Amino acid sequence: MMDATEREIANRRLVRKLLGVVAAACVFAFALVPLYDVICRVTGFNGKTGNAAAQVEHATRVDTSRWVTVEFVGNTMPGLSWEFHPRQSSVRVHPGQVELTSYFARNITNQPVAGQAVPSVSPGQAAQYFKKIECFCFQRQELKPGETKEMPLTFYVSPDLPENVQTITLSYAFYRAVQ
Amino acid sequence: MTTAAQAHEAHHDHHPTGIMRWLTTTNHKDIGTMYLVFALIMFMVGGAMALAVRAELFQPGMQLMRPEFFNQLIGVHALIMIFAALMPAATGFANWLIPLQIGAPDMALPRLNNWGFWLLPPAAILLTLPFILALFGIGDGAIATGWTFYAPLSVQEGIGVDFAIFAVHLLGISSVMGSINIIVTIFNMRAPGMTMMKLPLFAWGWLITAFLLIATIPVLAGAVTMLLTDRHFGTHFFNAAGGGDPILFQHLFWFFGHPEVYILLLPVWGFIPHILSAFSRKPTYGYKAQVYSFWAIGILSLVVWAHHVFTVGMPVPALLYFMYSTMSISLPLAVLFFCWIATMWRGAMSFETPMLFATGWIILFGIGGLTGLVLADVAADAQYHHSYFVVAHFHYTLFAGGMMGMMAGTYFWLPKMTGRMYSEKLGKLHFWLTAIAFNLTFMPQFFLGLAGMPRRIPDYALQFAEFNMISSIGAFILGLSQLIFVYNIVSCIRGQGEKAADKPWEGAEGLEWTLSSPPPYHSFTVQPVVK
Amino acid sequence: MALKRFKAMGAAIALAFWSKVAYAEFVWNFPKPVTPLAEDTLHVHNKFMLICMVIFLVVLGIMIYSIIHHRKDKGYKPANFTGPSTKAQVFWTLVPFALLLYIDFILMGIPAYHSVITMEDTKNNADMVIKVTGMQWRWQYEYMDGDAKGIKFVSNLKTPQEQIYNQAEKGPDYLLEVDNPVVLPVGKKVRILLTSNDVIHTWWVPQFGVARDAIPGFLRETWARIDEPGTYKGQCKELCGKGHGFMPVVVNAVSEDEFKKWAESKKAELAAASAVAEKEWSKEDLMALGKEVYEKNCSVCHQVDGKGVPPAFPPLAGSKIVNGPNFDAEGKLIKDSHLDRVFNGFRVMPAWKGVLNDVEIAAVVTYERNAFGNAMGDLLQPAQVKALR
Repeated sequence: MMDATEREIANRRLVRKLLGVVAAACVFAFALVPLYDVICRVTGFNGKTGNAAAQVEHATRVDTSRWVTVEFVGNTMPGLSWEFHPRQSSVRVHPGQVELTSYFARNITNQPVAGQAVPSVSPGQAAQYFKKIECFCFQRQELKPGETKEMPLTFYVSPDLPENVQTITLSYAFYRAVQ
Repeated sequence: MTTAAQAHEAHHDHHPTGIMRWLTTTNHKDIGTMYLVFALIMFMVGGAMALAVRAELFQPGMQLMRPEFFNQLIGVHALIMIFAALMPAATGFANWLIPLQIGAPDMALPRLNNWGFWLLPPAAILLTLPFILALFGIGDGAIATGWTFYAPLSVQEGIGVDFAIFAVHLLGISSVMGSINIIVTIFNMRAPGMTMMKLPLFAWGWLITAFLLIATIPVLAGAVTMLLTDRHFGTHFFNAAGGGDPILFQHLFWFFGHPEVYILLLPVWGFIPHILSAFSRKPTYGYKAQVYSFWAIGILSLVVWAHHVFTVGMPVPALLYFMYSTMSISLPLAVLFFCWIATMWRGAMSFETPMLFATGWIILFGIGGLTGLVLADVAADAQYHHSYFVVAHFHYTLFAGGMMGMMAGTYFWLPKMTGRMYSEKLGKLHFWLTAIAFNLTFMPQFFLGLAGMPRRIPDYALQFAEFNMISSIGAFILGLSQLIFVYNIVSCIRGQGEKAADKPWEGAEGLEWTLSSPPPYHSFTVQPVVK
Repeated sequence: MALKRFKAMGAAIALAFWSKVAYAEFVWNFPKPVTPLAEDTLHVHNKFMLICMVIFLVVLGIMIYSIIHHRKDKGYKPANFTGPSTKAQVFWTLVPFALLLYIDFILMGIPAYHSVITMEDTKNNADMVIKVTGMQWRWQYEYMDGDAKGIKFVSNLKTPQEQIYNQAEKGPDYLLEVDNPVVLPVGKKVRILLTSNDVIHTWWVPQFGVARDAIPGFLRETWARIDEPGTYKGQCKELCGKGHGFMPVVVNAVSEDEFKKWAESKKAELAAASAVAEKEWSKEDLMALGKEVYEKNCSVCHQVDGKGVPPAFPPLAGSKIVNGPNFDAEGKLIKDSHLDRVFNGFRVMPAWKGVLNDVEIAAVVTYERNAFGNAMGDLLQPAQVKALR
């Protein structure tokens, strides 16, 4: 049996604890942003690929017993005054084999325009096995008025790619660069 | 003893009158009344919007409005019904009943309680104001993204989204305040002898709801805040161009959104057993099983959210996980159904209005629950998802399972709250009209969805015409029959109808029935002891 | 009197309603499946519905029995049990849950597992690939390989506004008809890549059992192997703005031979359109075509009179951008000029280079610069647009 003041104190203590829960939930909400990103990159949850250069694993041997088809897709997003498309639509590679391909870009306006390519891999589960050694998507690209540019991409498909995946599609959505 | 208590009470009974009474009140019954009246008003407002939608969908072709206005109506209808009708109704009942049921003189934090309520009217104004502003050429109307705010559409849309974001913030703060108050009240204000495992199930249901609210509302608030900064302050949480991801929004939203379903339902699951047991004249079956099921459902609801976004594309293991975890919710839910029916089993039932609503509620909510089980199947969900099948499903869970539950509760406790009996004849008429019109409205929508009609479209192909017409006719009957409900409530409040006994229902159990009808302004001046 | 009129009105409504109902073909289930996935989905759906129906009826039956027999007005004396008390009772209480466990994870769980595996079977053995791009409010299709490689076009709603706004009789394919249906061969496994240019859309064809989101900046995939020739219709099913209800999907499934023929004729058609862009166009022709293109594509937002719906959709009449130059002194496209905005898009404005051909862009730009009171007087030649590609 509590008297009024004891109850007041107990109430206040409980309110503080509950406010702590609310605060923790707020922190959790914002922590979900990086957490989600990490989950995506580790599991390929959303077809995201790492946006940093992969090192060629020296121990990686080329698995000549299987072929994987890599398809290339390019999208120019509204607001970017560029022409942009892959030079080849697909390539067949052995897992582990380093391959070079390129995309073509041209600024069709009279002013410099910067863009940022956003990669996406489908199926999502293949994303983590698609390794980019060099890519124009690692940083923003700026084209001078009327400039054309070959944008190189060096990559390999990890031999750890699950057996049932025979085709990987790599898409670049080129956006007007944001500040 | 009695006279002393009454004298004591009379001494405490002076409080401001008129508008100031309601603005400044810290009395749990006054605040509960305000919540309930507010919920009823917003229920009618949201219902009017639904009727406008159904009127447009009565026939193929655009008759009454432009597509963008249609999109605004559906979104605001949902936001109002969920945040401004169902949730305040549940909070209103909590305010009225929890102190009475656990033998507390009032809520633990009366002033917080007052603030919590008075955040609601401004939020309701924020939600609907853009409609009016648009009439004067300011902005392009209310939020037109549906209640789900999906980015990037919500980044693209007009000022209605900003208004809705602020409204959601206010509503969120209000429900977090309410939840804290309810948790503290239940933990600290119980009468002696009222142990946790003697707590009325309504209090238990609300306790889980309150915990879910304080855990998930901040996530929603965070998500819409990120949306706001994406819209106006150049952040890129949900924009791929800046390294963000629009799918992140959906995960954040449904991390809140799925528990929200149970937030709306748990209070109803709480008070249905009170009604069933009262009119079966038989104690509640499986009290402990029900409490544990509440816990199980509360916890499970936090880990199944992605079944709302199956079509977004996920790795197979994720699809399987969310499918099976969703299916497993059916187990604790089945426990509840079992207990409800076992409570009725071999009772001595009579079917006054609250019992009619409770029984109808079990059946209709059962349909909602079973179709939910089917929706968990990922491959078939590709067909059901965002079709009218889903619209029908969640109206069976939220209108039948939520609103009709609230109506059962209203009829059950209205005599206690107002001290007057409602018209039993009109109550029964209200039930039958509601139950029949509800099925007439939403049963055809299951078939519309199966036939391939997407939701949220203002106009549809000719093959969908017949079912839509039936559905619209049902909706108008449903809408109009709610006027009976309003009439019944208003006449009780105005003191018409016979005087209610302290315990108007023969089989009712619980501390609230030991008080007079209506209960004194300050109840339990002498603390009851539970044996 | 009033009552009589009311009754007559009710009878009329009922009659009108009944005659409609009598003629209507009610659809009670999924439309006829034409892919293995849709077949599987229908099968699973029927099975699950049956299970749910049985559960529902059994539970309802128990309730109704109780409601009929255990009544106070029949003098039934209430029991007062609150849970199972003997071991046998506990056992019988657990039976329904064991049954439910079996239904959830075996009876429903196993077929559902196989459906998921079928649905996600996109990763190998595809015979052809198409890319579907959602945009407000139309679909763009691009053939990535095979006979039709390089074909790329946009599929728009064909239903005229007069039908939608009830000024004309509605056709049988009301809202489910497009100008350029996507054509696919039967019996081939088609991998469908999905992405979007603006907001999230969902590409849905019920008879394929396929619904997958198209997400801006991200790539998704699904698949279909159509077993019979025919025309299959679907719609966008993710709310994507005011045109959400007006972006249908229409797929023509044809035999392989017909598909080859179609691919050739489509290629010839696109080449012809490209060739037309080379020639010099007169202002009258551009203005006439431009008006047509404008009213079909642009008037949804900028309105037929070019006044727009500010602030979301700015007016073209008197606009600084429309009334400014397109090319600088060196003949280069000026950034953020009228043509740049039309060609490349800007914020909510789509990039029309993916939707319209050179002639159409030239025509619509010329039209906009010389209509709604704008009087630039200049004209844009299709060849100038072609040079930007």
